[in-house]
Amino acid sequence: MMPAGPQQILLPVTTGLIVVTVLGALVVNLVPLPLNVLELRPDFCALVLVYWGIHQPRRVGFSLAFVLGLAVDMADASLLGQHALAYVVLLFAAIALHRRVLNFSLIGQSLHILPLLLAGELLMIGVRLIAGDQLPAPGNLLGPVVGAALWIPLSALFRLPRLPKANPDRV
Amino acid sequence: MEATPPPFFKRGPSPAFRLAVFALLAVATMVLDARFKYLEPARQIFSVVLYPLQQLVSAPVAIVEGVTDFFADRIEMQRDNERLRTEALASAYRLDQLEAVKRENAELRALLQARARVETASVMAEILYGARDPFSRTFVVDKGIEDDVRAGAAVIDEAGVIGQVTRVYPFLAEVTQITDKNQAVPVRNVRSGLRAIVFGNGREGTLDLRFMPLSADVQVGDALVTSGIDGIYPPGLPVAKIIHIERNATLAFARITCEPLSGVDRRGHVLILKRVHELPERPVPPSETPPARKKARRGAG
Repeated sequence: MMPAGPQQILLPVTTGLIVVTVLGALVVNLVPLPLNVLELRPDFCALVLVYWGIHQPRRVGFSLAFVLGLAVDMADASLLGQHALAYVVLLFAAIALHRRVLNFSLIGQSLHILPLLLAGELLMIGVRLIAGDQLPAPGNLLGPVVGAALWIPLSALFRLPRLPKANPDRV
Repeated sequence: MEATPPPFFKRGPSPAFRLAVFALLAVATMVLDARFKYLEPARQIFSVVLYPLQQLVSAPVAIVEGVTDFFADRIEMQRDNERLRTEALASAYRLDQLEAVKRENAELRALLQARARVETASVMAEILYGARDPFSRTFVVDKGIEDDVRAGAAVIDEAGVIGQVTRVYPFLAEVTQITDKNQAVPVRNVRSGLRAIVFGNGREGTLDLRFMPLSADVQVGDALVTSGIDGIYPPGLPVAKIIHIERNATLAFARITCEPLSGVDRRGHVLILKRVHELPERPVPPSETPPARKKARRGAG
Protein backbone atom coordinates (compact mmCIF):
# COMPACT_ATOMS: atom_id res chain seq x y z
CA MET A 1 0.00 0.00 0.00
CA MET A 2 1.30 3.42 -0.93
CA PRO A 3 1.38 6.28 1.52
CA ALA A 4 -1.36 8.76 0.75
CA GLY A 5 -0.31 11.97 -0.90
CA PRO A 6 3.16 13.18 -1.78
CA GLN A 7 5.67 12.48 0.95
CA GLN A 8 7.41 15.45 2.39
CA ILE A 9 10.54 15.27 4.45
CA LEU A 10 9.78 16.93 7.76
CA LEU A 11 12.09 18.43 10.31
CA PRO A 12 12.96 16.09 13.18
CA VAL A 13 10.75 16.13 16.23
CA THR A 14 12.31 17.94 19.14
CA THR A 15 11.75 16.85 22.72
CA GLY A 16 10.43 20.35 23.35
CA LEU A 17 7.60 19.83 20.87
CA ILE A 18 6.54 16.61 22.59
CA VAL A 19 6.65 18.21 26.04
CA VAL A 20 4.72 21.29 24.90
CA THR A 21 2.00 19.26 23.17
CA VAL A 22 1.55 16.91 26.13
CA LEU A 23 1.35 19.81 28.60
CA GLY A 24 -1.02 21.60 26.22
CA ALA A 25 -3.28 18.56 26.14
CA LEU A 26 -3.31 18.46 29.94
CA VAL A 27 -4.31 22.14 30.06
CA VAL A 28 -7.03 21.69 27.42
CA ASN A 29 -8.37 18.78 29.48
CA LEU A 30 -8.77 21.18 32.39
CA VAL A 31 -11.00 23.69 30.58
CA PRO A 32 -14.20 23.93 32.58
CA LEU A 33 -17.21 22.81 30.57
CA PRO A 34 -20.93 22.66 31.31
CA LEU A 35 -22.07 19.21 32.30
CA ASN A 36 -23.93 18.42 29.07
CA VAL A 37 -20.89 19.21 26.89
CA LEU A 38 -18.61 17.30 29.22
CA GLU A 39 -19.81 13.95 27.88
CA LEU A 40 -18.63 14.80 24.40
CA ARG A 41 -15.23 15.98 25.53
CA PRO A 42 -12.52 13.76 24.12
CA ASP A 43 -9.51 12.90 26.22
CA PHE A 44 -6.89 15.13 24.62
CA CYS A 45 -4.09 13.58 26.65
CA ALA A 46 -4.89 10.11 25.30
CA LEU A 47 -5.07 11.51 21.76
CA VAL A 48 -1.72 13.28 21.97
CA LEU A 49 -0.12 10.24 23.56
CA VAL A 50 -1.37 7.99 20.77
CA TYR A 51 -0.19 10.53 18.20
CA TRP A 52 3.37 10.47 19.50
CA GLY A 53 3.20 6.71 20.06
CA ILE A 54 2.46 6.28 16.37
CA HIS A 55 4.71 9.00 14.97
CA GLN A 56 7.69 8.68 17.35
CA PRO A 57 7.46 5.27 19.01
CA ARG A 58 11.05 5.46 20.24
CA ARG A 59 10.67 8.89 21.78
CA VAL A 60 7.74 8.44 24.13
CA GLY A 61 8.19 6.00 26.96
CA PHE A 62 5.78 4.06 29.10
CA SER A 63 6.84 6.11 32.10
CA LEU A 64 5.56 9.26 30.36
CA ALA A 65 2.20 7.56 29.73
CA PHE A 66 2.06 6.42 33.33
CA VAL A 67 2.88 9.80 34.86
CA LEU A 68 0.52 11.59 32.48
CA GLY A 69 -2.23 9.15 33.48
CA LEU A 70 -1.63 9.84 37.16
CA ALA A 71 -1.77 13.59 36.50
CA VAL A 72 -5.11 13.24 34.71
CA ASP A 73 -6.43 11.06 37.53
CA MET A 74 -5.52 13.67 40.10
CA ALA A 75 -6.97 16.50 38.04
CA ASP A 76 -10.21 14.60 37.45
CA ALA A 77 -10.42 13.29 41.02
CA SER A 78 -11.00 9.84 39.61
CA LEU A 79 -9.53 6.60 40.90
CA LEU A 80 -5.77 7.12 41.03
CA GLY A 81 -4.23 4.88 38.39
CA GLN A 82 -7.18 4.26 36.08
CA HIS A 83 -6.00 6.68 33.42
CA ALA A 84 -2.43 5.52 33.98
CA LEU A 85 -3.45 1.95 33.15
CA ALA A 86 -5.48 3.04 30.13
CA TYR A 87 -2.67 5.25 28.79
CA VAL A 88 -0.03 2.55 29.20
CA VAL A 89 -2.21 0.11 27.28
CA LEU A 90 -2.99 2.78 24.64
CA LEU A 91 0.70 3.53 24.17
CA PHE A 92 1.48 -0.16 23.77
CA ALA A 93 -1.25 -0.49 21.14
CA ALA A 94 -0.02 2.65 19.37
CA ILE A 95 3.56 1.37 19.27
CA ALA A 96 2.38 -2.04 18.07
CA LEU A 97 0.35 -0.42 15.27
CA HIS A 98 2.69 2.39 14.28
CA ARG A 99 4.12 0.74 11.15
CA ARG A 100 0.65 0.00 9.83
CA VAL A 101 -1.33 3.12 10.67
CA LEU A 102 0.88 5.67 8.91
CA ASN A 103 0.36 3.93 5.58
CA PHE A 104 -3.25 5.05 5.54
CA SER A 105 -4.78 8.38 4.67
CA LEU A 106 -5.75 10.62 7.56
CA ILE A 107 -9.32 9.29 7.51
CA GLY A 108 -8.03 5.74 7.53
CA GLN A 109 -5.73 6.65 10.40
CA SER A 110 -8.57 8.13 12.42
CA LEU A 111 -10.54 4.91 11.88
CA HIS A 112 -7.61 3.09 13.47
CA ILE A 113 -7.59 5.52 16.37
CA LEU A 114 -11.30 5.11 17.13
CA PRO A 115 -11.13 1.50 18.40
CA LEU A 116 -7.99 2.36 20.37
CA LEU A 117 -9.66 5.23 22.21
CA LEU A 118 -12.84 3.19 22.71
CA ALA A 119 -10.81 0.33 24.17
CA GLY A 120 -9.13 2.75 26.58
CA GLU A 121 -12.53 4.07 27.67
CA LEU A 122 -13.96 0.57 28.09
CA LEU A 123 -10.91 -0.48 30.09
CA MET A 124 -11.54 2.39 32.50
CA ILE A 125 -15.23 1.53 32.74
CA GLY A 126 -14.28 -2.06 33.57
CA VAL A 127 -11.84 -0.95 36.25
CA ARG A 128 -14.40 1.34 37.83
CA LEU A 129 -17.06 -1.37 37.80
CA ILE A 130 -14.65 -3.67 39.65
CA ALA A 131 -13.96 -0.86 42.11
CA GLY A 132 -17.71 -0.69 42.79
CA ASP A 133 -18.78 2.39 40.87
CA GLN A 134 -21.77 2.90 38.70
CA LEU A 135 -21.88 2.73 34.92
CA PRO A 136 -21.40 6.17 33.36
CA ALA A 137 -24.00 7.63 31.02
CA PRO A 138 -23.79 6.03 27.55
CA GLY A 139 -23.08 9.47 26.13
CA ASN A 140 -19.54 9.18 27.48
CA LEU A 141 -18.68 6.73 24.71
CA LEU A 142 -19.07 9.63 22.28
CA GLY A 143 -15.89 11.16 23.65
CA PRO A 144 -13.63 8.67 21.83
CA VAL A 145 -15.61 9.23 18.61
CA VAL A 146 -15.01 12.97 18.83
CA GLY A 147 -11.39 12.22 19.68
CA ALA A 148 -10.94 10.03 16.60
CA ALA A 149 -12.48 12.76 14.44
CA LEU A 150 -10.06 15.27 15.96
CA TRP A 151 -7.15 13.10 14.79
CA ILE A 152 -7.29 14.78 11.37
CA PRO A 153 -6.96 18.43 12.50
CA LEU A 154 -4.51 17.33 15.18
CA SER A 155 -2.23 15.65 12.64
CA ALA A 156 -2.30 18.78 10.47
CA LEU A 157 -1.58 20.98 13.49
CA PHE A 158 1.34 18.92 14.77
CA ARG A 159 2.87 18.93 11.29
CA LEU A 160 3.12 22.71 11.19
CA PRO A 161 6.17 23.14 13.44
CA ARG A 162 7.95 20.41 11.51
CA LEU A 163 7.52 21.84 8.01
CA PRO A 164 10.87 22.69 6.45
CA LYS A 165 11.68 26.37 6.03
CA ALA A 166 10.78 27.81 2.64
CA ASN A 167 14.39 28.59 1.79
CA PRO A 168 16.92 26.95 4.06
CA ASP A 169 19.75 29.11 2.68
CA ARG A 170 18.13 32.27 4.00
CA VAL A 171 18.19 32.39 7.77
CA MET B 1 12.61 -21.08 20.90
CA GLU B 2 15.74 -19.53 19.40
CA ALA B 3 13.93 -18.59 16.21
CA THR B 4 14.52 -14.83 16.40
CA PRO B 5 18.08 -13.55 16.22
CA PRO B 6 19.24 -11.21 18.95
CA PRO B 7 18.33 -7.59 18.15
CA PHE B 8 20.84 -5.60 16.18
CA PHE B 9 20.56 -2.57 18.40
CA LYS B 10 20.30 -2.57 22.13
CA ARG B 11 16.79 -1.39 22.88
CA GLY B 12 16.11 -2.40 26.44
CA PRO B 13 13.17 -4.52 27.50
CA SER B 14 10.47 -5.28 24.94
CA PRO B 15 7.32 -3.12 24.85
CA ALA B 16 5.25 -6.05 26.10
CA PHE B 17 7.46 -6.37 29.16
CA ARG B 18 7.27 -2.63 29.85
CA LEU B 19 3.50 -2.74 29.39
CA ALA B 20 3.27 -5.53 31.97
CA VAL B 21 5.45 -3.65 34.48
CA PHE B 22 3.57 -0.36 34.17
CA ALA B 23 0.15 -2.00 34.08
CA LEU B 24 0.99 -3.80 37.32
CA LEU B 25 2.17 -0.51 38.79
CA ALA B 26 -1.10 1.16 37.76
CA VAL B 27 -3.16 -1.64 39.29
CA ALA B 28 -1.13 -1.38 42.50
CA THR B 29 -1.79 2.38 42.59
CA MET B 30 -5.50 1.82 42.14
CA VAL B 31 -5.64 -0.74 44.93
CA LEU B 32 -3.70 1.59 47.24
CA ASP B 33 -6.07 4.43 46.39
CA ALA B 34 -9.37 2.56 46.49
CA ARG B 35 -8.78 0.19 49.40
CA PHE B 36 -6.35 1.96 51.70
CA LYS B 37 -6.63 5.66 50.79
CA TYR B 38 -2.85 6.02 51.18
CA LEU B 39 -2.53 8.48 48.34
CA GLU B 40 -4.63 11.38 49.64
CA PRO B 41 -1.52 13.46 50.59
CA ALA B 42 -0.25 13.09 47.03
CA ARG B 43 -3.58 14.36 45.73
CA GLN B 44 -3.40 17.33 48.10
CA ILE B 45 0.07 18.32 46.96
CA PHE B 46 -0.78 17.90 43.31
CA SER B 47 -3.96 19.96 43.66
CA VAL B 48 -1.90 22.89 44.96
CA VAL B 49 0.44 22.58 41.98
CA LEU B 50 -2.51 22.37 39.63
CA TYR B 51 -4.46 25.23 41.16
CA PRO B 52 -2.81 28.16 39.27
CA LEU B 53 -3.17 26.19 36.04
CA GLN B 54 -6.87 25.67 36.67
CA GLN B 55 -7.31 29.34 37.47
CA LEU B 56 -5.48 30.25 34.27
CA VAL B 57 -7.67 28.00 32.18
CA SER B 58 -10.92 29.16 33.73
CA ALA B 59 -9.93 32.84 33.50
CA PRO B 60 -11.14 33.32 29.88
CA VAL B 61 -14.45 31.65 30.74
CA ALA B 62 -14.85 33.92 33.76
CA ILE B 63 -14.01 37.00 31.67
CA VAL B 64 -16.53 36.07 28.97
CA GLU B 65 -19.17 35.52 31.63
CA GLY B 66 -18.35 38.82 33.26
CA VAL B 67 -18.69 40.64 29.95
CA THR B 68 -22.02 38.97 29.11
CA ASP B 69 -23.25 39.80 32.57
CA PHE B 70 -22.26 43.41 32.07
CA PHE B 71 -24.15 43.70 28.82
CA ALA B 72 -27.09 41.66 30.08
CA ASP B 73 -30.33 42.45 28.41
CA ARG B 74 -32.09 45.44 30.00
CA ILE B 75 -35.51 43.89 29.61
CA GLU B 76 -34.36 40.68 31.20
CA MET B 77 -32.98 42.65 34.11
CA GLN B 78 -36.24 44.52 34.57
CA ARG B 79 -38.17 41.26 34.46
CA ASP B 80 -35.80 39.74 36.98
CA ASN B 81 -36.18 42.77 39.18
CA GLU B 82 -39.95 42.52 39.12
CA ARG B 83 -39.91 38.82 39.86
CA LEU B 84 -37.47 39.27 42.72
CA ARG B 85 -39.59 42.07 44.17
CA THR B 86 -42.71 39.90 44.25
CA GLU B 87 -40.69 37.05 45.69
CA ALA B 88 -39.24 39.33 48.35
CA LEU B 89 -42.74 40.47 49.26
CA ALA B 90 -43.97 36.92 49.57
CA SER B 91 -40.98 35.82 51.59
CA ALA B 92 -41.20 38.90 53.84
CA TYR B 93 -44.62 37.74 54.89
CA ARG B 94 -43.34 34.21 55.46
CA LEU B 95 -40.37 35.61 57.36
CA ASP B 96 -42.64 37.51 59.70
CA GLN B 97 -44.49 34.32 60.43
CA LEU B 98 -41.22 32.49 60.83
CA GLU B 99 -40.00 35.04 63.34
CA ALA B 100 -43.13 34.57 65.40
CA VAL B 101 -42.84 30.80 65.23
CA LYS B 102 -39.15 30.99 66.08
CA ARG B 103 -39.84 33.04 69.17
CA GLU B 104 -42.59 30.69 70.19
CA ASN B 105 -40.30 27.74 69.55
CA ALA B 106 -37.53 29.29 71.63
CA GLU B 107 -39.94 29.79 74.51
CA LEU B 108 -41.21 26.24 74.24
CA ARG B 109 -37.67 24.89 74.11
CA ALA B 110 -36.74 26.97 77.11
CA LEU B 111 -39.73 25.53 78.89
CA LEU B 112 -38.64 22.04 77.97
CA GLN B 113 -35.01 22.91 78.75
CA ALA B 114 -34.04 21.37 75.44
CA ARG B 115 -30.86 22.09 73.57
CA ALA B 116 -31.21 25.22 71.53
CA ARG B 117 -31.11 24.53 67.84
CA VAL B 118 -27.70 25.80 66.82
CA GLU B 119 -27.49 28.03 63.78
CA THR B 120 -24.95 26.60 61.40
CA ALA B 121 -22.29 28.81 59.90
CA SER B 122 -22.09 28.61 56.14
CA VAL B 123 -19.81 29.64 53.34
CA MET B 124 -20.81 30.52 49.80
CA ALA B 125 -18.90 28.66 47.11
CA GLU B 126 -18.90 28.77 43.34
CA ILE B 127 -19.13 25.62 41.26
CA LEU B 128 -15.92 25.53 39.25
CA TYR B 129 -16.62 22.58 37.04
CA GLY B 130 -18.64 19.42 36.93
CA ALA B 131 -16.89 16.16 37.55
CA ARG B 132 -14.85 15.04 34.63
CA ASP B 133 -15.01 11.63 36.21
CA PRO B 134 -18.18 10.24 34.63
CA PHE B 135 -18.39 7.39 37.11
CA SER B 136 -19.47 9.42 40.09
CA ARG B 137 -21.77 12.40 40.46
CA THR B 138 -19.43 15.01 41.82
CA PHE B 139 -18.42 18.59 41.15
CA VAL B 140 -15.66 20.85 42.38
CA VAL B 141 -16.19 24.16 44.21
CA ASP B 142 -13.76 26.99 44.85
CA LYS B 143 -13.56 26.80 48.65
CA GLY B 144 -11.26 24.46 50.53
CA ILE B 145 -9.33 23.94 53.73
CA GLU B 146 -8.28 27.61 53.60
CA ASP B 147 -11.93 28.58 54.08
CA ASP B 148 -12.38 26.04 56.86
CA VAL B 149 -14.39 23.61 54.77
CA ARG B 150 -14.24 20.08 56.13
CA ALA B 151 -15.00 16.76 54.53
CA GLY B 152 -18.53 15.72 55.44
CA ALA B 153 -20.06 19.20 55.37
CA ALA B 154 -23.52 19.43 53.84
CA VAL B 155 -23.95 21.43 50.62
CA ILE B 156 -27.25 23.10 49.72
CA ASP B 157 -28.64 25.49 47.16
CA GLU B 158 -31.77 27.62 47.29
CA ALA B 159 -34.00 24.62 46.59
CA GLY B 160 -32.57 22.03 48.92
CA VAL B 161 -29.79 19.60 49.69
CA ILE B 162 -27.29 19.08 46.86
CA GLY B 163 -24.85 16.76 48.56
CA GLN B 164 -21.87 16.51 50.78
CA VAL B 165 -18.22 17.55 50.67
CA THR B 166 -16.29 14.33 50.19
CA ARG B 167 -12.74 15.51 49.64
CA VAL B 168 -11.07 18.79 50.53
CA TYR B 169 -7.98 20.30 49.01
CA PRO B 170 -6.27 23.48 50.19
CA PHE B 171 -8.23 25.74 47.82
CA LEU B 172 -10.87 23.43 46.38
CA ALA B 173 -13.39 20.94 47.61
CA GLU B 174 -15.09 18.05 45.88
CA VAL B 175 -18.81 17.70 46.45
CA THR B 176 -20.64 14.42 45.88
CA GLN B 177 -24.28 14.88 44.90
CA ILE B 178 -27.04 12.97 46.67
CA THR B 179 -27.77 11.25 43.34
CA ASP B 180 -24.40 9.47 43.52
CA LYS B 181 -24.72 5.74 43.90
CA ASN B 182 -22.82 5.72 47.17
CA GLN B 183 -24.76 8.51 48.86
CA ALA B 184 -27.55 8.07 51.37
CA VAL B 185 -29.50 10.81 53.15
CA PRO B 186 -31.68 10.18 56.20
CA VAL B 187 -35.00 11.93 55.63
CA ARG B 188 -38.35 12.52 57.25
CA ASN B 189 -41.65 12.62 55.46
CA VAL B 190 -43.11 16.05 56.21
CA ARG B 191 -46.72 14.87 55.96
CA SER B 192 -46.56 11.67 57.99
CA GLY B 193 -43.39 12.21 60.01
CA LEU B 194 -42.11 8.82 58.85
CA ARG B 195 -38.33 8.42 58.86
CA ALA B 196 -36.54 6.81 55.96
CA ILE B 197 -33.35 6.95 53.96
CA VAL B 198 -33.07 8.05 50.35
CA PHE B 199 -30.33 6.55 48.23
CA GLY B 200 -28.82 7.88 45.06
CA ASN B 201 -28.93 5.50 42.14
CA GLY B 202 -26.36 7.13 39.88
CA ARG B 203 -28.93 8.48 37.45
CA GLU B 204 -29.62 12.14 37.12
CA GLY B 205 -32.80 13.46 38.65
CA THR B 206 -33.99 10.40 40.57
CA LEU B 207 -33.50 9.03 44.06
CA ASP B 208 -34.72 5.80 45.62
CA LEU B 209 -36.57 5.59 48.91
CA ARG B 210 -35.63 2.07 49.89
CA PHE B 211 -36.75 -0.37 52.57
CA MET B 212 -40.20 1.12 53.04
CA PRO B 213 -42.85 -1.51 53.85
CA LEU B 214 -45.74 -1.87 51.42
CA SER B 215 -48.13 -0.44 53.97
CA ALA B 216 -45.98 2.62 54.76
CA ASP B 217 -47.82 5.91 54.82
CA VAL B 218 -46.34 7.57 51.74
CA GLN B 219 -48.10 9.32 48.90
CA VAL B 220 -47.03 10.74 45.59
CA GLY B 221 -46.11 14.39 46.12
CA ASP B 222 -44.91 13.96 49.70
CA ALA B 223 -42.01 16.24 50.56
CA LEU B 224 -38.95 14.75 52.21
CA VAL B 225 -36.70 16.81 54.45
CA THR B 226 -33.51 15.82 56.25
CA SER B 227 -34.15 14.22 59.60
CA GLY B 228 -30.78 15.21 61.03
CA ILE B 229 -30.46 11.78 62.60
CA ASP B 230 -27.04 11.28 61.02
CA GLY B 231 -25.48 14.37 62.58
CA ILE B 232 -24.23 15.44 59.16
CA TYR B 233 -27.14 17.19 57.52
CA PRO B 234 -28.89 19.72 59.76
CA PRO B 235 -32.54 18.72 60.22
CA GLY B 236 -35.32 20.22 58.14
CA LEU B 237 -33.59 20.86 54.81
CA PRO B 238 -35.73 19.96 51.81
CA VAL B 239 -34.32 17.00 49.91
CA ALA B 240 -36.77 15.48 47.48
CA LYS B 241 -40.35 14.97 46.40
CA ILE B 242 -41.93 11.55 45.87
CA ILE B 243 -42.94 11.18 42.24
CA HIS B 244 -43.74 7.52 41.86
CA ILE B 245 -44.80 4.66 44.13
CA GLU B 246 -45.03 1.06 43.01
CA ARG B 247 -46.58 -1.33 45.50
CA ASN B 248 -45.98 -4.83 44.26
CA ALA B 249 -47.14 -7.57 46.62
CA THR B 250 -44.43 -9.94 45.39
CA LEU B 251 -41.73 -7.63 46.71
CA ALA B 252 -40.93 -7.09 50.37
CA PHE B 253 -40.69 -3.34 50.01
CA ALA B 254 -42.48 -0.70 48.03
CA ARG B 255 -40.50 0.77 45.15
CA ILE B 256 -40.54 4.52 45.66
CA THR B 257 -38.90 6.99 43.32
CA CYS B 258 -38.18 10.56 44.33
CA GLU B 259 -37.05 13.65 42.52
CA PRO B 260 -34.32 15.76 44.13
CA LEU B 261 -35.31 19.39 44.57
CA SER B 262 -31.89 20.91 44.01
CA GLY B 263 -30.04 20.96 40.75
CA VAL B 264 -26.52 21.78 39.64
CA ASP B 265 -27.07 21.60 35.90
CA ARG B 266 -25.94 25.12 35.40
CA ARG B 267 -22.97 27.03 36.70
CA GLY B 268 -23.92 28.59 39.94
CA HIS B 269 -23.36 29.02 43.61
CA VAL B 270 -23.87 26.68 46.49
CA LEU B 271 -23.84 27.06 50.25
CA ILE B 272 -21.54 24.84 52.31
CA LEU B 273 -22.85 24.36 55.84
CA LYS B 274 -20.11 24.07 58.41
CA ARG B 275 -20.77 21.98 61.43
CA VAL B 276 -20.16 24.33 64.32
CA HIS B 277 -21.39 22.13 67.12
CA GLU B 278 -19.91 18.72 67.66
CA LEU B 279 -22.43 16.15 68.68
CA PRO B 280 -21.77 14.41 71.98
CA GLU B 281 -19.73 11.27 71.48
CA ARG B 282 -21.56 8.09 70.79
CA PRO B 283 -21.92 6.08 74.00
CA VAL B 284 -19.78 2.96 73.94
CA PRO B 285 -21.68 -0.30 74.39
CA PRO B 286 -21.01 -1.89 77.82
CA SER B 287 -19.37 -4.98 76.32
CA GLU B 288 -16.29 -2.90 75.49
CA THR B 289 -13.04 -3.10 77.44
CA PRO B 290 -12.93 -1.10 80.72
CA PRO B 291 -10.65 1.80 79.56
CA ALA B 292 -12.96 2.55 76.68
CA ARG B 293 -15.89 2.63 79.06
CA LYS B 294 -14.14 5.08 81.31
CA LYS B 295 -13.42 7.34 78.37
CA ALA B 296 -17.04 7.27 77.29
CA ARG B 297 -18.19 8.23 80.75
CA ARG B 298 -15.81 11.14 80.81
CA GLY B 299 -17.11 12.27 77.42
CA ALA B 300 -20.68 12.14 78.63
CA GLY B 301 -20.00 13.99 81.86
